[in-house]
This record gives sequence, structure tokens and C-alpha cells, in this order.
Amino acid sequence: MSGNRTNQPSNYHNTARSVTARSKAVHTVIYFFLAVWGIVVLFPFYWMILTSIKSYGEYNSEYIPKFFTTSPTFQNYISAFTEVPLVRYLTNTLIFTLATTAIMMVVITLAAFAFARLQFKGKNTLFTLFLSLMMIPNELVIITNFTTITNLNMRNTFLGLILPSVTSVFYIYLLKENFAQVPDALYYAAKVDGTSDLKYLLKVLIPICRPTLITIGILKIIECWNSYVWPRLITDDENYYLVSNGIQEIRENGFGRENIPAMMAAVVIISIPLVTLFLIFRDKIMAGVSRGGTKG
Amino acid sequence: MSRNNSKSWLYLLPAILFLGIFMVYPLIDVLIYSFEEGYNFASQTFFDIGWYNFSYVLHDAYFLQAVKNTFLMVIITVPLSTGIALLISVGISSIKPLRNLFQTIYFLPYVTNTLAVGLVFMILFKKTAYSDGLINLLINWFGGSSIDFIDGPYWAKMFVMCFYIIWVVMPFKILLLTSALSSVNQHYYNAAKVDGTSRLRTFTKITLPMISPTIFYLVITGFIGAFKEYSNAVALFGTNLNAAEMNTIVGYVYDMLYGDSGGYPSYASAAAIILFAIVLTITCINLLVSRKHTYYV
Repeated sequence: MSGNRTNQPSNYHNTARSVTARSKAVHTVIYFFLAVWGIVVLFPFYWMILTSIKSYGEYNSEYIPKFFTTSPTFQNYISAFTEVPLVRYLTNTLIFTLATTAIMMVVITLAAFAFARLQFKGKNTLFTLFLSLMMIPNELVIITNFTTITNLNMRNTFLGLILPSVTSVFYIYLLKENFAQVPDALYYAAKVDGTSDLKYLLKVLIPICRPTLITIGILKIIECWNSYVWPRLITDDENYYLVSNGIQEIRENGFGRENIPAMMAAVVIISIPLVTLFLIFRDKIMAGVSRGGTKG
Repeated sequence: MSRNNSKSWLYLLPAILFLGIFMVYPLIDVLIYSFEEGYNFASQTFFDIGWYNFSYVLHDAYFLQAVKNTFLMVIITVPLSTGIALLISVGISSIKPLRNLFQTIYFLPYVTNTLAVGLVFMILFKKTAYSDGLINLLINWFGGSSIDFIDGPYWAKMFVMCFYIIWVVMPFKILLLTSALSSVNQHYYNAAKVDGTSRLRTFTKITLPMISPTIFYLVITGFIGAFKEYSNAVALFGTNLNAAEMNTIVGYVYDMLYGDSGGYPSYASAAAIILFAIVLTITCINLLVSRKHTYYV
């Protein structure tokens, strides 16, 4: 840079080139580290699929585990479906997930509508009370809920599994905010036309706010599919196990403890539905989680 | 108006009913439980009212072990996961090609069943009679000797535990930090470029202050989440966490409530209230600290 006037253009050129060279080096380092974390994330998935297609004998004869297999087999998947009640776990989880999500959507939509649109005495107080419930951790109320459901004789029933998780104050809040963004004019126009509140909710508000509703629905589905603690407390009959408890049961009693490949096949089967859902609704899920996700 | 009034309450009725039965009532009930001494689950009777349950829990070796484990997990995983997530997010934000692919991959753990994938981690780390497991193979390559991470020494189990927790919580943090980074106004960076500010200085003086609200949000939710750690431990070490010395406070609550060691809702309630008090205290401290150091636009 200290060169005289005639040198300047070439000097300038050199600096520009060294800058691009440096930024290339920086980029290489960045890509390297991103790839390293990518491998850390993906490797367990690779390993579970790989193990699930190794035969029992092959897996157990490998003192040093191999990174690939030359003779893939689907026997483990057949075992997973026939030797343990995996289909029942999946069906139970599906019923639980769909029922919980459906009931919750109705409950929170009605509540959010009342808070966003209707006028009644004590609305603000009640809404503040609702919001303050968000601070209550699940661990604190689960003890009594366990007693309540036990006393109601609802252990090992779908009702017992579903009922405690059909409301979410946070989703009511999220939806209420969304409802409130819809212009008042639409509501008054509907009123002038003699449309009832319920009809306005169903025909106007829900279609307009569909994206938010779908996002909430998907987040709830993910939560339900992976829920473990409550189902574990409330079910001890294998006929009502969800996948999380099912996999725990398989680990402790199914297949015989050493049949890791079959266990991995079960793990793959359990993981497929949500991963598929994620790949289809990637943008919706990621946008939804960054707005309303709490896991972490 | 009064007709409208009662109609509004009708819309709210299901929510109020469910919240009342499964949130408000339990909240009061758990307080009552925690003070009922010698509560018997079968006959639903108790001897006396007092602090005995709390004192029992605080003197229980299993509870103290659980508290120690939980605090270790919190102290190790929250700073590490937030720091690594910040590095990764800065990395993602500074590249164009493959960005989407990386984001998709990094988010995968969020949608997986942590109990199921925990099983994969277990077989990767576990040392058995017929195989030392893949991680030990790698350790051997680098000249180390095999360790059983699942049934072995305490620090090894804690290492796997923390590694798995970080693996599980990372997607949420990366997602939030990447979107925070992308919402920083480009003008600030252009101004810094014109002034010839170095990369590091730009990062510490512009980027960090601008995304500090997100970082503190992640720290706070991270603390809360890590204090409630439970199912990840079950995923790795099985349901008998006390035997594995890897129980957590939440795990202790459930063990007291249910299972082979269960049937003591009073002890469970006392432990849950202690946990809530800890979380509340830490959250308040976090909020106070963040108010001092967070920059809000």
C-alpha cells in the first residue's frame, strides 16, 4: 500500500485478490465446521438405519462395528412388526395425537375468539389470569392430575391420556393475537348482514387465520407424538402404550435385550412419520417453532 | 348485553373447565399435599400438617444426587449449547449455497422422538461383551482405552448425558439465532464496512448487541428446560435412574409418585415445589442480569 502513484492500481488489485483469497479461506473453514455439525446430527440417523438392515448374526459378530453392510436384510422390520406390538403402539399414538390435537383446536379456537372479538364483563381480568397460568410448570400439576385420573378410574383409557392436554394457554394467546389482527370492519359487516358470531367465526375468521391454525396443529402433533411422561404415568397396560413408552418397553423386555438390529428397525419406523411431516411442512414448522416453540 | 355476556362465557367454558380441573385445582392441591405428613395413598388419610415432607426430601440421598446431577447438566449444557448454536448460526448466516440444506439437517433432532434416538446414542456409546461400541472404536484409534459410557464411571455417563441434551436442544437455538441474525438491519454492517471495522469488532459491537434479546431468551428457556430434564436421561439409562446414579429432580418427582418406589404424592409434591422455587429464583436472576446487558431496539 506504500507504493507510489504509478504502483497503486496493481497494489489495489493485489489487495482485492488477497481479500477474496482470505474470504475464500474463511468460507472453507465455515463450511468445514458446518459440515462437522451436520455429521454429528445425521450420524445417529445413519447408524440407526444401517444397524436396522444388518442381520442379527452379522451385527453381533462385528466386534469392531462396520460403517456399511454388504448384505442388507429386511428381516428386522418384519420382526419389529410381528414380534412386538409395534402396530398397536403406532395406532394408539395416532389416535391419541389426532384426538388431542382436534379437541384442543376446538377449545382454543372458541376461547381465542371470545377473547379477541366478544365483549363481556371481566374479560381483561380473565385474560390476565389465563396468561399467568403460562408460568405454571407441568411438573407441578401432574401429581394431582395423576391422582384425579386414577380416582376417576381413567387409567389405561384414551380419555385419561387425552383430557389433561387438550388446552394450552400459550396457543390461546397466539391465536387470540392472530384473530385480533383481522380488521373490525369485517365483523361489523357480518353483523349488519345478520350473521351470528359462530357463523362469523367459522366462515370468516377461521379461513383467514388458517396458516396460524395449521402451524399450531402441527406443533401440537409433534408434541403429542413424542410425549412420554404423562402416558408413562397413566398407562401400565401395554394395550394403551404410546410409541415412547413402547420403545422403552421394547428396550427393556422386547426381542430379548441383545437384538439391537430389531430395536433399531422399530426406532426407524417410529421416527419416519414425524420426519416425513417435517420434510413436507418444513417452512411452516420452522416458522411456527420460531414463533411458538418452547423445546430447548 | 347480558345475553351477549353469557354467550361469551359459553365460548370460554371448555377452556375454563379444562384449565380449572387440570391446572388451577392441581396447583392448590399440590401445595396441600406437600404439607400433609404421612399421607397414605390408599386410605387418603394423613397424620399431621407441617414441613416434614420437605425435610424428608431434602435429606434423601437420592434427591441430593438428583439435584447435583441436574445442576451439573444445567451448568454444562446451557452455556455450551448456546455458544455452539451461536457459532453455527453465524456460520450459516454468512454463506449462501447449501444454507437451506444445512438448516434442514440441523432441525431434524427437533422432530425426532428423543426416547427412540436416545437408544441409538446408547448403542453408539455402550460397551458390551461382544463389542466396545463405535465411540470406543474411535477412542481406540486415537490411542485411548475403552470406557463404558452407559454403565461406567460417573463422569462418562454425565458426558453422554450432556452430549445428548445438547444434540436435542440445538435445533431450537440455531433456528432462533439464525432468524435473529437475519433480522439485523443491513445498514449497520454497511456503515461498519465503510469505517473499515474488523470482522471481530463488527461482531462484538453490532451483531451481539442486536441479537442479545434472543440470546437471553434462549438462556432463560434453556435454564428452565435443563432443570426439567428427565426423558433424555430415561432414553439413555433406562427407567431405573436411581440405580444408574443419573436421576434428575423431575425424575425424582415421578419416582416418588409412581413405579416401584412410588406411592408418595406428598414427597413428590414437596420435591416439585422445591424444583419450582429453584427455577423461579434462577429465572428472576436471569431477568435481572439480562435487563442490565440486553440491548432493545
